[in-house]
Amino acid sequence: MDTPRIAVWKFASCDGCQLSLLDCEEELLDLVGAVHIAHFLEASSRVEGGPYDISFVEGSITTAADAERIEAIRAASRLLVTIGACATAGGIQALRNSRALGDLVQAVYPAPDLIKVLETSTPISEHVTVDAELRGCPVSRHQLLEFVAAALAGRKPDLPDVSQCAECKRAGTVCVMVAHGTPCLGPVTRAGCGNLCPRVGRGCYGCFGPVDGANCAALSEQMRKLGLDTTAIAALYRNFNSGAAAFVEEAARHD
Amino acid sequence: MTHVNANRSKIKKYRACAVQKTAQALQESFPEDRMGESLFLKDPHRLLEDWLSAGWRVIAPLLRDGALVPDILHDPEELPRGVTDRQSPGSYRLEPGASTRWFEAVVGPQGWKRWLHPPERKLWSARRDAAGFEVTPEAEEWPATIFFAVRPCDLAAIARQQEVFRRAGDPAYAARRAATRIVAVNCGRSAETCFCASMQTGPRAQAGYDLALTEIADGLLLEIGSEDGTALLDARALPAATDAQVREAARLIEAAAASQTRAMPPDIAERLTEVADSPRWEQVASRCLHCTNCTAVCPTCFCTDVTDRTSLDGAMAERWQRWDSCFSPDFSYLHGGPLRRRAAARYRQWMTHKLSNWHTQFGSSGCTGCGRCITWCPVGIDLVAEARALAKGE
Ligand code: SF4
Ligand code: SF4
Ligand code: SF4
Ligand code: SF4
Repeated sequence: MDTPRIAVWKFASCDGCQLSLLDCEEELLDLVGAVHIAHFLEASSRVEGGPYDISFVEGSITTAADAERIEAIRAASRLLVTIGACATAGGIQALRNSRALGDLVQAVYPAPDLIKVLETSTPISEHVTVDAELRGCPVSRHQLLEFVAAALAGRKPDLPDVSQCAECKRAGTVCVMVAHGTPCLGPVTRAGCGNLCPRVGRGCYGCFGPVDGANCAALSEQMRKLGLDTTAIAALYRNFNSGAAAFVEEAARHD
Repeated sequence: MTHVNANRSKIKKYRACAVQKTAQALQESFPEDRMGESLFLKDPHRLLEDWLSAGWRVIAPLLRDGALVPDILHDPEELPRGVTDRQSPGSYRLEPGASTRWFEAVVGPQGWKRWLHPPERKLWSARRDAAGFEVTPEAEEWPATIFFAVRPCDLAAIARQQEVFRRAGDPAYAARRAATRIVAVNCGRSAETCFCASMQTGPRAQAGYDLALTEIADGLLLEIGSEDGTALLDARALPAATDAQVREAARLIEAAAASQTRAMPPDIAERLTEVADSPRWEQVASRCLHCTNCTAVCPTCFCTDVTDRTSLDGAMAERWQRWDSCFSPDFSYLHGGPLRRRAAARYRQWMTHKLSNWHTQFGSSGCTGCGRCITWCPVGIDLVAEARALAKGE
């Protein structure tokens, strides 16, 4: 690919994934040398129009205006890549999907009439075709750079759909579930974060969302044996990726 | 240890100078063949001190995050004492054991595999220049190393992996192995998950060690297994073990074997060829997370994947090898998708490779009975229980 034109877009999100891009401190100069940043409001107020070679999209769709905006971005982009749990699975804000919106708005906002949002928070892939997903809450800067480097070289990016357990074992982390009885979503969560939590003795929170064919029911059964009640089990799945199908279904089984 | 002796010239290359000199000096003071001798040792500190000061890298099971994990020992004091382990399907706990004992806790989550067959390794790097590109194979430092306190099942596992990599013609593995001495520990106690007796790999070390220790009431019995083992011994000659000490050691090892509650059916290799369509595969798949833990902790599993990394400016490329697993969906990916889409097919691949097809492929079982896949399966799927059920046609 000749110097590709890159755009970064924000929808309903916390900006953490965009920050991960800016956080590539050591590689930032190489990155701006290799790509042309045409639209990235968090980095520069200079904006250029499309078409774009790669659009990185952060955030979920929560308003009618955003549902239209994503269509326009898709039309102007050769590759559309979602970054993070919001764009890929609806984000933490998808927690509202299982409740009545009116009740939530009443409970939270002093002037509920001013709130004009859709009933649900949905991933980008429910609205337009997505070419690739970078998982995580936030995404890993390593995977972001890998994706760009792979696109530049015309090779497949290394984003394996293996569980967090594989990362634990490669890192030599002692399993927190087996050795300490700490509940861990690692076995049903996709690898990629760099083994952040188990490495420091914490269970995985599932930031990277479910692996393909995640067997959450079998994991929940083990959580039960570890002493968790159904409320606690449901809460494990109702997190950053609460909108991912496998987690929605498993959490609902414990209501 | 014929493979080590045959590689003697190679070994020297990997030895640090100091070690080479010491080893030669030691060999000169023990010219006669002492293989098969049994000696008595009060505690392991003296030997460890000798080896460390001679420049050997000593790797021993050390306390790491609530488990025993082989890691580099810098000081004999780091060697844990008075700990035991409680293992069951999906659970591992270290607990206080008999305060004087060094080797009561048996195998931990990591075997010696992560040292001899590292989880991630750069194979080569390439740099683009005006004329094309230049490839540089990755050079590896592997200092002269002693694996200290290798359990009999793991000794068997090392031999089996060595055979896999010998057939694959992997010179890096051969070099690491050739520059490594092995001090085995016979087991005087088995964990609940151990079934080495039924796999004929333990609890007594068979071939492949340089020295072997057995913990007895008042110290350690030390057996010499090779010329390299003789060379490793302290020049200050150790006393010969008494007949009573030798008998005590044998009795303890037999008692450990007798205490094992799990046993693999002896005809499992043949039985598994007859049950490819058993409904049991789907049944176990409903409990299996396809998380890859069993294959990662298994000391004989060897599968790897390679990935390429390229720099943003396109001037550099690297090829990396890393552990893979037949439980990962990408493992059997061919054009159009993975061959083994169903979890049942992946569990079947794992079990039949370990217990059945390994015989055809490499002439032995791929399982040594270490029990790790049982303990470290997060949902406690028991390989032996599954194999027994399948063998009975359940
Ligand atoms: S700590 Fe969690 S992610 Fe790591 S191996 Fe155990 S279950 Fe898997
Ligand atoms: S058998 Fe256990 S350790 Fe192995 S993949 Fe299944 S759940 Fe993971
Ligand atoms: S299959 Fe299980 S018991 Fe057998 S060697 Fe591998 S980890 Fe150990
Ligand atoms: S059981 Fe699976 S991971 Fe292990 S050696 Fe066989 S194919 Fe490879």
